[in-house]
Amino acid sequence: MGGMSFAADPHAGIAAVTQAGSTEQLLLTLLLVLPIVGFTLTVVLGRRLSRPWIIAVPTIIVVWAIATYLSVQALIGDAFHGGAIQTTIYEWIPAGAFSVSFDLFFDNLTAVMLLVVTTIGMLVHVYSIGYMAHDPGKWRFFAYLNLFMFSMLLLVLAANFLLVFAAWELVGLSSYLLIGFWYHKRSAALANKKAFLVNRVGDIGFALGIMAIWTTIGTLDFVQVFDLLPAQLAGGHIEQWMMVGICLLLFCGAMGKSAQFPLHVWLPDAMEGPTPVSALIHAATMVNAGVYLVARSSPLFATAPEALILVAAVGIFTAIFAASIAFTQKDIKRVLAYSTLSQLGYMFAALGVGAWTAAIFHLATHGIFKGLLFLGSGSVIHGVHEEQDMDKMGALRRKMPITHWTMLIGSLAIAGIPPLAGFFSKDEVLGEAFKLGFQWVWLIGVVVALMTAFYMFRLMGKTFYGESHVDPHVEPHVHESPPTMTVPLIILAVLSVVAGAYLGLPLGDSTIHHWLAPVFHPALETMGVHAEPYQLFGIDGALILVSVAVATIGMVAAWRMFGFFRIHDRLDTVRALTARVPTLYQGSFHKWYFDELNDLLFVRIGGRVADAFAWFDVHIIDGAVNGVATLTRRAGDEVRQSQTGRVQNYALGIAGGLILIAVILLLVGTR
Amino acid sequence: MIDVSGLPILSLIIFAPLVGAIALAFVPGDNVRLVKQVALATTLVTLVLSLLAAVGFGAAAEYVLPGSEGSSGFRYVETVPWIPFFGILYRVGMDGISLLLVVLTTTLTTISVVYSFGPIKTRVKEYMISFLVLELGMIGVFLALDLFLFYIFWEIVLVPMYLIIGIWGGANRIYATIKFVLYTLVGSLLMLVAILATAFTFQAANGGDWTGAFDLLTLRAAGGFDPTLQLFCFIAFFLAFAIKVPMWPFHTWLPDAHVEAPTAGSVILAGVLLKLGGYGFIRFALPLYPQAAHDLAGIIVVLSLIAIIYGAIVAIVQPDLKKLIAYSSVSHMGFVTLGIFVFQEQALQGAVLQMINHGIITGALFLCVGVIYERTHDRTLARMGGLSKPTPVFAGVFGFFVFASLGLPGLAGFVGEFLVFVGTFAVSPVAAAIAAFVMVFAGVYLLWMFQRIAFGPVSDFLKGLGHHLTDMDRTEVLTLAPLFALTIIFGLYPAAILDLIQQPVTDLLVALGSAPATGLVP
Repeated sequence: MGGMSFAADPHAGIAAVTQAGSTEQLLLTLLLVLPIVGFTLTVVLGRRLSRPWIIAVPTIIVVWAIATYLSVQALIGDAFHGGAIQTTIYEWIPAGAFSVSFDLFFDNLTAVMLLVVTTIGMLVHVYSIGYMAHDPGKWRFFAYLNLFMFSMLLLVLAANFLLVFAAWELVGLSSYLLIGFWYHKRSAALANKKAFLVNRVGDIGFALGIMAIWTTIGTLDFVQVFDLLPAQLAGGHIEQWMMVGICLLLFCGAMGKSAQFPLHVWLPDAMEGPTPVSALIHAATMVNAGVYLVARSSPLFATAPEALILVAAVGIFTAIFAASIAFTQKDIKRVLAYSTLSQLGYMFAALGVGAWTAAIFHLATHGIFKGLLFLGSGSVIHGVHEEQDMDKMGALRRKMPITHWTMLIGSLAIAGIPPLAGFFSKDEVLGEAFKLGFQWVWLIGVVVALMTAFYMFRLMGKTFYGESHVDPHVEPHVHESPPTMTVPLIILAVLSVVAGAYLGLPLGDSTIHHWLAPVFHPALETMGVHAEPYQLFGIDGALILVSVAVATIGMVAAWRMFGFFRIHDRLDTVRALTARVPTLYQGSFHKWYFDELNDLLFVRIGGRVADAFAWFDVHIIDGAVNGVATLTRRAGDEVRQSQTGRVQNYALGIAGGLILIAVILLLVGTR
Repeated sequence: MIDVSGLPILSLIIFAPLVGAIALAFVPGDNVRLVKQVALATTLVTLVLSLLAAVGFGAAAEYVLPGSEGSSGFRYVETVPWIPFFGILYRVGMDGISLLLVVLTTTLTTISVVYSFGPIKTRVKEYMISFLVLELGMIGVFLALDLFLFYIFWEIVLVPMYLIIGIWGGANRIYATIKFVLYTLVGSLLMLVAILATAFTFQAANGGDWTGAFDLLTLRAAGGFDPTLQLFCFIAFFLAFAIKVPMWPFHTWLPDAHVEAPTAGSVILAGVLLKLGGYGFIRFALPLYPQAAHDLAGIIVVLSLIAIIYGAIVAIVQPDLKKLIAYSSVSHMGFVTLGIFVFQEQALQGAVLQMINHGIITGALFLCVGVIYERTHDRTLARMGGLSKPTPVFAGVFGFFVFASLGLPGLAGFVGEFLVFVGTFAVSPVAAAIAAFVMVFAGVYLLWMFQRIAFGPVSDFLKGLGHHLTDMDRTEVLTLAPLFALTIIFGLYPAAILDLIQQPVTDLLVALGSAPATGLVP
């Protein structure tokens, strides 16, 4: 598969795929080999190292350097002319016609994903040196982080659906291990199991989708699938409804990994893991895997508009649903977790309306500013001695100035205030939805933008402003975090300022569009979407104004209630407000009771069903077996005067039956 | 490299354990040290012999049955007339599938013997003799090409297992072992009747000539039995094999047997004995009675689907660690029968893979249960908790096999299951979709089990054990290490198995009249 090459003509609709040169092959392989070696060495040696991060962190810095080199080559140096390179490591599953290779694939989409994954991954590794400094099990932590990096890199480099699935499960494993890092806490042990199982529900769909792709198209290799599909559809070998089915099945997997409604329940609980994990896995990288999968499969989804509408609907619903919960949460990490759900919903909405590039753009900027916000929250939690309840924070801005300023930048970015990163990408998501004819998506999206600005500045206000509610015993010890933690924050803050402008300008003809055009060209062609000229003083400008206006309103409202000038009667106003809508407040605060519903359905009712099965097994099936045995024994007792023991009696009954059967068989057989 | 082509290598593998067992009979029983040494040496020699057969397998010539065209697919074939009057032969041979299962047997037997050095304290000599005779029987089943010979080995297996559970088992061992033996005996006696019926029919059709009447190769080549005879014989074989697998609803002997068996007995029971059933389908029932197999495949597929889902659901609520794994075996073995009876290339390859991988992974899980049991003398999940803290190495190893059993890609369990899935989907998407729900159920029972053992605070029960709660000792590490390595190797490089079974699988599908799928790509 690696050996095939197509005509290098990006205008023909198929991006060129060439065999990777030996340098690229080596570098791509190293991206996977280094972290898995780092994992293995840290597992074996970690406990004996005085600095358990000494293998894991440098490994990821090298990985970051290699990934950045390759990505810059591809995106800026245009080394592969917008096409892709592919390389075969070895044949993984050679089962007759079902042949799956361990192939790596690198195109501009991979390059963007690599930049996000390795940059944030590297910063989180460095940050963790400080954050985990006092944890006795930190060697395990760094080992798991390296395992995660390996799995995530494999996920974005894999060249076929099954290899993506393999990586998909492996990131799930690393997530499981890291959520349950503090395994002695019962809540952590419950959260990691929940995360894995909810993901598995989605994976049923993903796995069936892969089987459907193989049985209909006959291969799982991305390039071959996308290449063969148009002709097979045109020739009637594949019905269009099958494509809808395949896409919906793949989307099930995406919903699990990217925590879309109703499979969103695992992500907030996943905050049981150490905060660097929340930043890396549960905000900036792994949860994007679903978005990546749909984007990577864009040529399939483009043939199934019905499936895309569902993607958009689920996405935008999750966006507003999660934002409504983030309004009232008290745990700083939970606010950010629901915010992540909401922003992922934006990305799916973008995919669903066909704004493929906007989705990946938002994926990248969100990875940066949400990574920043989580690491910032970690710094806060660290500073106030492992307290996560915002009601026990307040007025931290003077004691933790760097954390405060960087998180403020992150909040402005996610709120969509120009010229920060979130402004460009969110505006593109909403603007494209409107212009592609999905005004309802746009409208809900604008409401979500308002809510986002509000809950983020509620978080900022409760944490950094107003009066201090920090535990008086802890208060004197509150401190800014060490440089290993603040330097990553500063780097991410700088990126949150500049990345949007770099990728999103000039408006209407942005850099990221140039990068990803070759990737999404076939899908857009199939859907018949053609870019219209950008009107800064027309529709586009108007949409920008609306977005910025609502963001400002949300921000100012939160600022007045929770912000700098907070005084007591304002707090009473908030209480009065919530008291006026108790149902809404309680509903939001209790996450619309989804955990209770799941508990009822799957733990209580599901448990009873399983109990019933077990009862059936013991009393009915095994009961019948023992019943037959008892009957045989009784019959034996009556026939014979003396009881010679159970075994013989059983045997007698059996032998009698056998002779009967033998006679029948012989009569039939020799006739 | 030793050249094995001139040696009766298969007979050496089969009878090496017998030689060891006889030698053990002359060792005084109180010389436990010597008993262990002889037993270990015997299993090691057998293991090495099976590995030699594996090394020479590619170069060995394929046997051609006189008077027939084309290869039989078997290598190292040895034929000796045994009961000439009835045409009964001592004929053994090996193809890729039996090679893998023999090596699995010799590996797990060696591990079991080493593992038993510690836990078994009474009647060590008799125990070791039982294990060696058991090994002889299992290897014989996998290598016999004569129906009568096959039957003899099949029954030999029963006796030592009966003793192992009945003498060295738990409190309720007599009930469990009698149930095991009688249940299995019912099936195998029916099979004997079917074997006799087949031979009689063949002999009658050949004008009273018994030559080849019990020979698999001859019967297979002759083929075309009367449909009614096929149906009766197939049902008889089916019952024998279905009980052994065990298929739903013939599975209830398994949890009882596992709970009462000593650890090494469970390892062999789950690791090898259950595979005798799957192997029997592939080697005998399908080639001899293809018509009946086709007619009944639908029912068997449904039973397999029930086993997969039902076994997993029942496993969820088991309070006893061994029962839980026993029910998980019912579920996992459902994939074997599903893969066999959809008559599809990938599914059949997956079924064979699943047999090997389930043997490795579940064998390892039972060893892990043994590690817990040796320290706590308990297997009740509710009393466990927090083992990650006092026994981190064990928790890591146990977690590794839990995820292997869960079908984590990259480890051995995944490839077989996925191939069965894909092949089933190609035949019946609905069946595949039903089976796919096991992905969640398996997660529930395995992660629940792992959580209750390894996570949370250390339970009061375990705290009470104090310093007895040690991490894995050297023997335990030594016995689990090869299974650990194989789980990774077969997960990353399943070609090691797939290359060996490609030809037998294709041959079987041709014999069944289902041409292997070529995929839809021209």
